[in-house]
Amino acid sequence: MEYLIAFVCGGLICVVGQLLLDFIKITPAHVMTLFVVTGAVLDGFGLYDKFIEFAGAGATIPITSFGHSLLHGAMKGAEEHGLIGIGMGMFELTSSGISAAILFSFLAALIFKPKG
Amino acid sequence: MSDKNLKDNYSKKVQQYQPKPNYFLNCLKAFIIGGLICTFGQLVQNFYIRYFDFTKEDAGNPTVSTLVLIAVLLTAFGVYDRIGQFAGAGSAVPVTGFANSMASAAIEHRSEGIVLGIATNMFKLAGNVIVFGVTAAYIVGLIRYIFQHYLMHQL
Amino acid sequence: MILTGKQSWVFQNDLYINATGTAVGPKEKDGPLKETFDVTFDDLHCGEKNWELAERKLMNTAIETCIQKLNYTYDDVDFFLAGDLLNQNVTANFVARQNQIPFLCMFGACSTSMETLALGSALVDGGFANRIIAATSSHNATAERQFRYPTEYGGQKPDTATATVTGSGAALVSKEKGKVKITSATIGRVADYGIKDPFDMGSAMAPAAAQTISQHFKDLGREPSDYDLIVTGDLSGVGSPIVKDLLKEEGYNVFSTHNDCGLMIYRPDQNVFAGGSGCACSAVVTYGHLVEQIAKGELKRVFVVATGALLSPTMTQQKETIPTIAHGVVLESVEVEG
Repeated sequence: MEYLIAFVCGGLICVVGQLLLDFIKITPAHVMTLFVVTGAVLDGFGLYDKFIEFAGAGATIPITSFGHSLLHGAMKGAEEHGLIGIGMGMFELTSSGISAAILFSFLAALIFKPKG
Repeated sequence: MSDKNLKDNYSKKVQQYQPKPNYFLNCLKAFIIGGLICTFGQLVQNFYIRYFDFTKEDAGNPTVSTLVLIAVLLTAFGVYDRIGQFAGAGSAVPVTGFANSMASAAIEHRSEGIVLGIATNMFKLAGNVIVFGVTAAYIVGLIRYIFQHYLMHQL
Repeated sequence: MILTGKQSWVFQNDLYINATGTAVGPKEKDGPLKETFDVTFDDLHCGEKNWELAERKLMNTAIETCIQKLNYTYDDVDFFLAGDLLNQNVTANFVARQNQIPFLCMFGACSTSMETLALGSALVDGGFANRIIAATSSHNATAERQFRYPTEYGGQKPDTATATVTGSGAALVSKEKGKVKITSATIGRVADYGIKDPFDMGSAMAPAAAQTISQHFKDLGREPSDYDLIVTGDLSGVGSPIVKDLLKEEGYNVFSTHNDCGLMIYRPDQNVFAGGSGCACSAVVTYGHLVEQIAKGELKRVFVVATGALLSPTMTQQKETIPTIAHGVVLESVEVEG
């Protein structure tokens, strides 16, 4: 059942993205930027955590969860260190994802040639 | 041909010649591929929870890393761009799209060297996500912190 | 050559394309015109280690093939006119470094093929050169990399987009008798009708093509029926109906005479969206297929109008509209004497 929910929720978020691409005609980069900010804002209202509980990977895999993780880390840092903690905790939860992307991209670029 | 009227209306006039995207089909493709990627992510997450003793909160980390690795490999083998043309937002919106934007830029600029090519250009397409994500998190975080700690106490 | 009308040159001497050379990549090799290309490459890298080297290989190959057909060497050519899509025209520059022919670098985006042919012909006609080579090239990956996204990026392109042709075309022009005559040329003015979308260049370039074609008719006092074929460079699926309608409003009916190189070079099932584009599109179709048809006499008079979009990624990001231009050259078959 959780797989079905993940499928539908993740799929729906992508549909919203596709509508933005086709109707508003913005670039994929704009869509991703908008989604990341949306994720942060939704988490600001405490809504994204509930969405994750409901949808599982359907909420954690889309790029919106990146915004959520950034804010979550920032808030956690703020709890521990006050206002300055916002910056200290920001990348805590997203660190593994970004680090993985950097490392693997770098290795891939060393090994592979573009195919065109 | 130098008719100003023609020039002013030209953008509207040519719309009839431009093939319209098949909106329904594009959304369907995005829904299916995006949904499949998330379902696969759920599988991977459950795998890490069951066999590697991750908690539900922590399991997100290796899950995202695994998906990133797969996306990078698909990009390197020249497959992700074809998936992207088919799925549109279905492959761009999941975190795999973020990984693809980094890997594709890194691989493309290899011809300019390792430092100035690969490393410098890696964030060419992904930089905006990080900039806006961090900025939004800062602003929202600031507002929420102030709200929670100062305004709540006043009430 | 005399200036005829506002923008056209009617050449006073008999000028001929003595030989042409074409080199193309895998997608073009697989297309409907595959038999008409001199050299084809199976892989997009053309055996080189990066995309830019591959494009240079294409241009060098096209030029070498062209002059070898006449048993000439580079020394036999007086001037080399060439351009491509890349910043600073590096493909043409580096090829000129290799062939050491006195070099006139030109940029007309995808209109470069006819721009170089027209100006080269004017040089020969005016006695400023005996033999010139006009060449141009484009490569799908170098164009994607420079104008749009890295080649492995998963972004989705709309159906109005076009696929840049990987290839190069070269032509040698002189007064020595050949099978294909160059009789006149029309130089275009820059047109800008307010199109901003870099993924829809057909709409942006159609007005430039219409402008050049109609001015050509006015300058030379001719009509569409005077030509067997009026072929545009790369208006492709979106721009072709637009140019026909724009010309109809001017009173010129080109519906039965018009075709477009971007529609001729690929089959619809080759995943090319609206069709082909790029400097090489008009070059390889003209210097391969069309020149062959004209030499055989199957086409008597052809007006080739290469169209170019003069944009850059920076201009697009600064929300500028796309200026475009079109240059045309008339090629005719040589009348059989006797």
